[in-house]
This record gives sequence, C-alpha cells and structure tokens, in this order.
Amino acid sequence: MNFDLTEDRQMLADTLNRYLADQYGIEARNASAYEAPFHDPTKWAEMSELGIAGALVPEEQGGFGGTGFDITVVFEALGKGLCPEPFLGTLMAARLLGAAGADMDALVSGETRYAVGLGEIDAAYDFENIATTATASGEAHVLNGRKSAVYGGQGADVILVLAKLGDAPAIFSVAATEANIVGYGMIDGGGAAEVLLEDTPATLLLQDAGGAVQDAVNAGRLALCAEAVGAMGATYEALVDYLKTRKQFGRPIGTFQVLQHRTVDLLTEIEQARSITISAAASLEDADATLKIAMAKNLIGRAARLVAEEAIQMHGGIAMTWEYSVSHYGKRLVMLDAQLGDTDQCLSEVMQSYAA
Amino acid sequence: MDLSYSPEERAFEEEVRDFLKTSLPDHIADAVRSGGELTGEIMQEWHRILSAKGWLAITWPKEYGGPGWTPVQRHIFEVECNRFHAPRIVPFGLAMLGPVIQMFGNERQKKEVLPGILSAEDWWCQGYSEPGAGSDLASLKTRADRDGDHYVINGQKTWTTLGQFANKIFCLVRTKFDCKPQEGISFVLVDLDTPGIEMRPIRLIEGGYEVNEVFFTDVRVPVENLVGEENQGWTIAKFLLTHERTNIAGVGISMQALEEVKALARKTRRNGRPLIEDPLFAARIAQVEIDLEAMKITNLRMLYQAQKQGHPGPETSILKIKGTVINQELRDLARRALGPSAAPFPGAVTDGNLALSPPDTANNAARYFNNRKTSIFGGSNEIQRNILTKTMLEL
Repeated sequence: MNFDLTEDRQMLADTLNRYLADQYGIEARNASAYEAPFHDPTKWAEMSELGIAGALVPEEQGGFGGTGFDITVVFEALGKGLCPEPFLGTLMAARLLGAAGADMDALVSGETRYAVGLGEIDAAYDFENIATTATASGEAHVLNGRKSAVYGGQGADVILVLAKLGDAPAIFSVAATEANIVGYGMIDGGGAAEVLLEDTPATLLLQDAGGAVQDAVNAGRLALCAEAVGAMGATYEALVDYLKTRKQFGRPIGTFQVLQHRTVDLLTEIEQARSITISAAASLEDADATLKIAMAKNLIGRAARLVAEEAIQMHGGIAMTWEYSVSHYGKRLVMLDAQLGDTDQCLSEVMQSYAA
Repeated sequence: MDLSYSPEERAFEEEVRDFLKTSLPDHIADAVRSGGELTGEIMQEWHRILSAKGWLAITWPKEYGGPGWTPVQRHIFEVECNRFHAPRIVPFGLAMLGPVIQMFGNERQKKEVLPGILSAEDWWCQGYSEPGAGSDLASLKTRADRDGDHYVINGQKTWTTLGQFANKIFCLVRTKFDCKPQEGISFVLVDLDTPGIEMRPIRLIEGGYEVNEVFFTDVRVPVENLVGEENQGWTIAKFLLTHERTNIAGVGISMQALEEVKALARKTRRNGRPLIEDPLFAARIAQVEIDLEAMKITNLRMLYQAQKQGHPGPETSILKIKGTVINQELRDLARRALGPSAAPFPGAVTDGNLALSPPDTANNAARYFNNRKTSIFGGSNEIQRNILTKTMLEL
C-alpha cells in the first residue's frame, strides 16, 4: 500500500496545473465558460497536446494511462483550475470506445471531440429507463428520442448515444452533422446540449451495452469526484486566505472561533472526500467498482455542497459577486452533484446493496 | 498510489486471524461481544497473551521490543482484533507512556519502565485532568514541591480511566508558579501504593465504573521519577496526546459496529419487513457506512504520513473529530434498531423474554450513552478544532 503519486502522474499533474494557472486563469476561464461554445477550442487543442486525452486511455488502446488514478490526477487538476473544457465526454467516450475495441487515435490526439448522451428528461440517472429507440434501417440504424444534459454536446464532432435496440441497451455513434443539437450554457459554466433524434442515422457501436455503460458512468462519476476534490481545495485555500486578510471589528475575521471551527470542519470533510475518491479510484477495475464509486459520489455531493455554501457564507458579500472566484467555484461544487447521479441517487444505490 | 495489500500483508492478515482463532479464549470474546464492562482480570489476561506473542506494544519500534509493524500491519491487526471480539489494548502504558519514555526518558527510565509495560506486569493510568482543568489542561493545580530528593505532591486528578486496576500513574503536576501556566508543568511517574493516594470511583451516565478521581495528600515521590526536564511537562503532554490520537479514529471498532448494526437491522422486523429494508433506516446506515469507508482511507493516509515523517502530526485531530462522530452515529443506530428492546438496564434481562435475546439486546443503549465520552475525552472535539486552527490554518 502506498499513497504517493507515481513520478509520471506527478509530472502530468504539475504540467496541467501550471498550464491552467498560466494560460487559463479565472478571468480567461469566465470569458469562455459562459459564452458559446462554452469552452475555448484553442485551449482544448493545447490541452489535448499536453496529453490529457492520452492519460485517460489505456496503453493497449493507444493512450498511456486509463487507470482510476490517471483519471483522478487529470480531473483534480481540472477542478482546481475550474476548467470548463469538456473532457468528461472524452473520458466516457474512451470507456465506451474501448469496450467496443474501436480505434481511438483521433480521440487521443484531440482531433475528434466526443460527447456522450445517456440520460433523458425522465431518466436522468436511471439509464435503464430511457425511451430513445433504435431501429435497423438496411445496414445502419436510425434513432428516435431525445437525450438530455449531453455535456459538451455543442460543437462535439461525434455523440455516442444510448438507445434501446429491442429491449437491450446499445450504444450508437452519431455524427454531429446528422443530429439536431441544441446547445446551452450552464449556470456553473461550460456547455451541454439537448440532442434531438428523429430518424437520425447512427452506427451501432456496442450491443448489450449495459456493462459498458455502467463502466463509463463509473469512470465519469470518479472524474467528477476528483474534479470536486480539486475545486474544494482551491475554494478552501481562497477561504483561509480571506480569513487572514479580511478585517472586521479591528481584527482579521479568522481570529473568530466561530469561523475557525467551521473552517476546520471543511478541512475534515475535504480530507474525507479525498480519501473516498482514492478508494473509488482504486476500485475502478474491480467487481465492487459500482458500489465503491456510488459511495464516493454520495460523500462528494455532501461535502462539495457544504464547502460551497460555507465558503460563500464565511466570505460574506464578496462571494456573492461575479467578480470573485469563489462564487464560480461554489456554483460548480453545487451543480456537479446533479451530473451522472446525485447524492440521493447514489445513497439509494448503496442501500440496494443491503437487499441481497 | 496502491491500496491493495501486498502478498506479505495478506500473509500477515492470515497470521493474525490464525492467532486470534487459536489464542483468543472464548470467555474473553464472549465478554467483549456482550458489550458490557470488562473485568480487570479479563483485560490483563488478554494483555499477557499478546505480550507472550510479542504483539502487545504494536506501535513500538523493534529496538524497544515492539514488533516494528508498518501502519498497514497495525491497521490489519486492529481490524481483525475487532472482528474476532478481542478486547482493546488499554492504551495508557502502551500507546501513551511508552512513546513518552522512548522520546524523553533517560536510560535508567527506559530500563525500568518499558519492560513492565511490555510484559503487562505494570498497569499504568493517567493523571492529567483535574476538576478545574479539563479542556484548559494547562491551568492544572496539583502541585509538586521539592523537598530534598523528593517531590511532595498535593492535589486532585480526575477522569482517571481504569485506575481501579492500575498500580502506577503518570501525572502532570505544577512545579513552577510565577510563569505562564504552560511553563510550570512537569511530568512525573508515581507508584499508586505510595502513602497519601486515594482512588475513588466515579459512576458514569450508563451506570458503569470506568473512571476515577485520584486524591494526593503529601505524596512523596523520588525526584528521579521526573521524566524529561522539570517544567518541560507541557511539551511532553502535547506529544502524548498526539500519540493518543493516532489510534483514535477507531476504524476497527466502527467496522465491527457497522456489521452489528446491519445484523440487528436484518433481525428486527418493522412494518412487516426487516428494518434494513426500510428506506429511511437503510439510508442512515448507508450514509455512515460511506463516511466510514472514507475514514478507513483517511486513517491509512495519516498513518502512512506519520511513518514517513517519523511522528504523527496535528492532522491526526481530523481522525479524532470524524472517527468519534462516526462511531457515535453507529452506536445510535444500534440503539434505534432495537427500539423499545434497547431500554432495559444492563443486566436486567438475562434470558430470551424479549423479542430479541441477549447478546443482541444487551448493552446497546448503555454503549450509546457511554460512547458520548469519545468526543469529549483526549481533548474534546472542540479542542481538536483549536489545534487544527493553529497548526493547519495558521490562523
């Protein structure tokens, strides 16, 4: 057992952190995160060149990473920098393409940008209840339905879509040019899309895709956990800094015990969040991955909201402003809970393990 | 990063299980499983068994007769001991005084004190808190006045855990008065059979006897029983409390408690189905199980860090704050799972005339109440937050 990052992963983390700090500070971030296309295609290309996508793909599939800890290193850095680039779609697509044994060179290079459409309005997290259907049409298939909250969907080259083929879940590849993609910006920055499918031609990628979808969801949830750990750390640093410098009643507000204890409680929860993300990362390829990662996403959801709300409260008015970074971190920390299974959904999944 | 056990660690886990299967007597495991108070004889019997195996001083380095285990080995040992219902190792000599003597004691003290701890021959207890010095420990008033080659100790200690079984006590005493409170404290070792010492039991919330008051009236202690320098006691006190906290996450205890809660919730029926199928109750279990899963890793991370830097750091306060709350939550769930069957006074029900029979029903409410202590002792959780504020936030 050891808790040190390997040298390679440490280097990757350092490279990413440096890039984000130097090239993608909060002002640059806000400039692209809230305006269509809700990310910066130039930075996307630069970050792909730094090897982000490659780090998310196993060696035998053309990358140089792909393990749970590769994922957490990348996404913790993205979270720390509050980066809106849509690498969640890259990661989840890589898991699905990997399961299909498909070529991933264009994904690794960043040349093709993928997004993944699993959920729908009435099946946000419970993907077995989707209504989108696939029907054979000659050699190919056509899809009908509507995928919601497709992260990074606007401007993606390819959308991987979950649809029912008969009774079984299947994954299809849809060229962005073939579908009606309605993009929108999100309150916490970054973009998503509704993908409207009306006899949309699609290529079957994976049949009986239940296991592969669960794996992609697990990887995506793990990435969100790590992103939250990074964002919580940055928020916490900003808070402690502020407590030391902001003066009221003639002294730094950090000298008030009522704020000190609440801050320490955040530290405790962030350490717990980091711990359970490590536990989840270690389990990604194991039989209990789904359970361990659901556990992590539940704790992360609780901790992230607590850190966001408490940081805003303890900062006071300044954290209510658009200009100050903590307001943007706070939004991200609250809203990422709703991606791929929230606190309650994940708790309910853990409870189901008691039934057996 | 790698969370998996190495082949050596797996083999060690097997070795610990084999040892517990063959060497932990049934009557001891049964006593622990019942959740009631353990007698001094039972605790001492287990200490001797561990001592004979060389597994008593699990945190000590090899040079002092410990097994020289890694943090992972200690974690494995702790988890397995709880799984097999072994008594906890009484920490005052082994986890607290031992490291103090190794760090601050002179060669003579190392020779005289450590073997008695290792062999379980000596039972040490702790003279720290006083009626007027709880969280504000530095305000302690028990005084040691120099008289030739003796100190004369007068005052009162309290919350002395298991003092009724001890033959020795280590004390913080005031040796200097015209200074900051922290600068006038010394750390001394005292034989409990020295004339002038009286130990009186304190009955606790659940009715049990676990802690004591200790009165000192003109107690004469040789000056050579001073550990470290005179007036260096506060440094030693803080060092000791940091060591106390390293095992305070209680991960092994909580893992076992979680299993017990689940077992109770499967046996208890409510609204026509097992309680564990009640979504509200299952959600409560799930949430604390998740917190405990994180705590396991937090504990290992901090043990790992402590081993790398050679000593535990202030971040161990996190283990205390969170570990105690998780354990208290589990005790609460065990009590609630039983509903009205948790109410009988410990020992009041001895056969199966309730829906659930002992040992299921025994002592769950008592343990819940008793365990409220964990967020108070060893530096209350509020004091832990002060420590973190100073050291981690630098506020």
